[in-house]
Amino acid sequence: MMSVQSELSAEPLIRVDRLCKTYSLESGVNGTVNSQVLYDVSLSINRGEFVAIMGHSGSGKSTLMNLLGCLDTPTSGHYWLAGRDVASLSEEELASVRNHNLGFVFQGFNLLKRMTALDNVATPLLYAGVSRTESRQRAQELLQQTGLGKFSEYQPNQLSGGQQQRVAISRALVNNPQLILADEPTGNLDTQTSGEIMGVFERLNREKGITIVLVTHEDDIAAYASRLVRLKDGRVIHDSKVDS
Amino acid sequence: MLGMIIGVAAVVLMLSIGQGAQATVNQAIASMGSNLFIVLPGATSSGAMRQTSGSVQTLTLGDAQAVAGLPSIKAVAPIITGTAQLNFGANNWSTVVTGVTTDYFRVRNWSTEDGEVFTDTDFRSAARVVVLGQVTAKNLFGDEDPTGKTIRIKKSPFIVTGVLAAKGQSLDGRDQDDSVFIPLTTGQRQIFGSQFPGTIRFMMVQGKSPEVMEEAESEINQLLRQRHRLAEGVDSDFTVRNMAALAAVATGAAKVMSLMLGAIASVSLLVGGIGIMNIMLVSVTERTREIGIRMAIGANRRAILTQFLLEALVICILGGLAGVALGIGGAWAVSRAADMVVVITLGMVGLAFFFASAVGIFFGFYPAKKAASLRPVEALRYE
Repeated sequence: MMSVQSELSAEPLIRVDRLCKTYSLESGVNGTVNSQVLYDVSLSINRGEFVAIMGHSGSGKSTLMNLLGCLDTPTSGHYWLAGRDVASLSEEELASVRNHNLGFVFQGFNLLKRMTALDNVATPLLYAGVSRTESRQRAQELLQQTGLGKFSEYQPNQLSGGQQQRVAISRALVNNPQLILADEPTGNLDTQTSGEIMGVFERLNREKGITIVLVTHEDDIAAYASRLVRLKDGRVIHDSKVDS
Repeated sequence: MLGMIIGVAAVVLMLSIGQGAQATVNQAIASMGSNLFIVLPGATSSGAMRQTSGSVQTLTLGDAQAVAGLPSIKAVAPIITGTAQLNFGANNWSTVVTGVTTDYFRVRNWSTEDGEVFTDTDFRSAARVVVLGQVTAKNLFGDEDPTGKTIRIKKSPFIVTGVLAAKGQSLDGRDQDDSVFIPLTTGQRQIFGSQFPGTIRFMMVQGKSPEVMEEAESEINQLLRQRHRLAEGVDSDFTVRNMAALAAVATGAAKVMSLMLGAIASVSLLVGGIGIMNIMLVSVTERTREIGIRMAIGANRRAILTQFLLEALVICILGGLAGVALGIGGAWAVSRAADMVVVITLGMVGLAFFFASAVGIFFGFYPAKKAASLRPVEALRYE
């Protein structure tokens, strides 16, 4: 287990320093074309914060999320997650960080199609080496908590969008992460369901103290957060607390 | 999957046919008797003309008895043969009549199914007794029991003392059961009426063990040259054939055939394996997003690699099982349709199965490796 909990709580959960990301595109005629997506992004997020990252498409918010989620590596700059320099971690350790310390919630839910809701929620535990019975038990508890107890044997395509997103949130929570990264979690949902899902995030933040970083381009969704970060053309242009 | 099934089925089928052919040959060799020489008269040259073996009758019963006295020889069976018409009641049948000594049955390792073979006394007294082969017995008697009945060979009456056990085809394809055996003496005096009394057609000589075969061959050559008073440098007027060598050739040929069939089948298994690799590659591409999700929720490279390897292995094992079933079914069908001997051994099935799994791991590895080396962001973004 990562001993992230034992780190000094004074240390911010997320600290990024002059983060840059450049994509190299192979183009047949011109050789490689470089396009820079993030310019010197510096940011620090404390434990228990609820941060909304906003910006137009192409502003680099999804790229930033991928970097924060250890799914991608920055071109330059540093990223400390709970005091650990992510650049120093091996492929294996990154997988472990994603497994234990982070939970992802995506716009398209990204559930595994041929599996039941229960198995979807239990999968991260299996990768963590938890026994099958124990994983399923824990998954069932989480589904119960999100109000999907009786849908545990359903496959994703038999569930509504809101239900699928609840399954995805349960999956994100199954390993007790300190941080949940949500990339436009309500993008595919209607207003009422969006409200319900945001309510779930709000409760997780308030009651369990889980840090939440949310990407959205809707103001009313961002309003659930306690802090707003605006990105434009790969740069942070605004960062402030929001009164709720 | 289908490629795997066909590949494994082909291996099982081909191996079983190959093994069957080998078994058939081995059986033919065993039915001939072990450690055998055949000594034929002839191979003489009169003037400049070399004649075929058996064209002159230079071997005598005395030669046979002398050979029997050699230290490395276990038994000798002098033989005369001819074709004759046989009668029993209204039935008649033309077959090979063979005049033998009682040693013949020992040398050939041939026992009776019913009744007895004739005795040494019958041999010495040139009695009119006959032992029937299975096919001949059936043709003359139908379902009747021949033992003790009297048949006519070239119109002379012979008492049937027994019927021999079935022996099947010989290496040269003759049906050994279509024959009758009478004492050599009776044959010489009463049936074949030889030009030179006391000569024999050929003799079968059995060595004491496989190790002394070479020694025995030179002893026979030496003894017979001496008895025939052949001077140094004169060609022998007889030929000694080592049947063990012949058997080795036949076994070798069957083995080569078995190997070749196996090799051909292996190619189809290999093609099946490549098919699996293709399927797995397509599957990796189709499931790129799934791989991305799994990585995002904490699967490391090894977990992805294991998953895809296991999937390939499962396909191969299922395909292997179906293939084994199909192969056994096919072998059975072949044995029914073509009246061929097929042999299916557990080892063979195991081998096919083992190769199926090996092919699965081998060809599953590349796609699995490809899946595991995807970058999480790119895999997630894949549509």
